[in-house]
Amino acid sequence: MNALKPKHQRLVLLSVALVALIGAALLAAWALRNQASYFYVPSDMAANPPAPGQAVRLGGMVEQGSLKRRADGLTIDFVVGDGKARVPVVFSGIVPDLFVEGSGVVAEGSLRPDGTFAATDLLAKHDENYMPRELADMTEAQKREAIAETE
Amino acid sequence: MHGFANPARFLRIARWLTPALLVVGLAMTAATVVYGLFYAPAERLQGETVRIIFLHIPTVWLGMAGWTTIAVASFVELVWRHPLAGIAARAAAVPGAVFTALGLATGSIWGRPAWGAWWVWDGRLTSFLVLLFLYLGYIALADSVDREGGSSRIPAIFGLVGAINIPIIHFSVTWWNSLHQPPSLTTGGSAMAPAFLWGVLAGVLGFSLLFGGVVLARMRAILAGVQAEARLRRKALEG
Repeated sequence: MNALKPKHQRLVLLSVALVALIGAALLAAWALRNQASYFYVPSDMAANPPAPGQAVRLGGMVEQGSLKRRADGLTIDFVVGDGKARVPVVFSGIVPDLFVEGSGVVAEGSLRPDGTFAATDLLAKHDENYMPRELADMTEAQKREAIAETE
Repeated sequence: MHGFANPARFLRIARWLTPALLVVGLAMTAATVVYGLFYAPAERLQGETVRIIFLHIPTVWLGMAGWTTIAVASFVELVWRHPLAGIAARAAAVPGAVFTALGLATGSIWGRPAWGAWWVWDGRLTSFLVLLFLYLGYIALADSVDREGGSSRIPAIFGLVGAINIPIIHFSVTWWNSLHQPPSLTTGGSAMAPAFLWGVLAGVLGFSLLFGGVVLARMRAILAGVQAEARLRRKALEG
C-alpha cells in the first residue's frame, strides 16, 4: 500500500481542520441565536414577556393606520406588529426620517405594567428594497413600462 | 496552477496587468461616483441618503473579498507550499483593511440619517468590526514574522481561521434579528430598482479591478524587496 504524498496529507489534514472549524462556528452561532439578536419581535414578547421596567428592544412593523400624534405635538402612539402579535408603543421625541407606517422600527425602552411599551429611543429599520421616488408614485403598469425601457 | 507559481512568469504577466487593472478600475470607480452623486434618482424613503450605497456596497464587498483572498491564498500556501501564494495573502491584507474601514465609515454615515444612529451593536455591524480587527491582527502578525523571522505558516493559519468570520458576516442578518437590512443582491435576484442596481454593480466591478491592481503592485514590490535583499547578501559574501 502506498503512503500518501506529503502534499495530499496536508490537503486532507487541512480540509478536516477546516470542516471542524466551520462546525464549531455553526454550533456557536446556533447557541447564540437568542442572545445575539438585536431585538425581540412582538411574538417573542407575548410568549415570554420581560419584567416591567427591564430595558429591552422591540422590533417589528409599524401597523398601517396606528400612528397617532398627541396634542402636545411631541408624543406619538403606534402599534408594532409581526403578523402574530402586536404591542402598543408610546414615544416622545424626534423620529428618524425613515420612520413611517408599514415600515420597520426598533424601539428601545421597557414594558409598562399595563402592557404598553414605553420607548426612549426609536431606530428606523430599512428593508432590502431600493426604489426611486418617481417609481414609487407610479401605478404597477407604469412601473413595468419604465423598467422595461431601462433594460 | 504550478505555472503561475513561477515568479518570473508571474512578473511578466503582472508587468502589463497591473497598470491595466489600475487604469480601468479607476475609470469605472470615478464613473460610479459621478453617477451616484449626480445622476442616480432619490430613493422613495431614504431620499438623497441612498447615494452613499454606491460607495458602501463595493467597499464592504471588497472588505469581505479581501479576506477571502487571504484565506484561499493561505490554503494554497499551506497545502502546496507556493511561495507566491503567501506573498499574495500578505499583499491583500492592507487594501482589504482599508476597504473594510471605508465600508464601516460609509455605513455609519448612511446609518445616521436612515436609522437615526451612527452605530448600533447588532450582529452585522459587530461582526464587520471584528473583520477590521482581524485584518489589523493579520497585518501585525505577518509583519512581525517578516521582521523577527519565523514561519510564514503562522499568518497563513491565522488567515484560514479568520475566514470563519466571513459566513458569519453574511448570515448575521438572517440568523439573528438585526437592524441592518437583509442583502438586496442575491443569486436569486435583486430587490433594487435598475437605476440603483447597475450603478452598484459597476461600482463593485470597478473597485474590484482597482483592488486587483493594488494587490498585484504590492506583490511586485514584495518580490522586488526579496530580490534586492538576496542581491545585497550575495554582494556581502563576495566582497
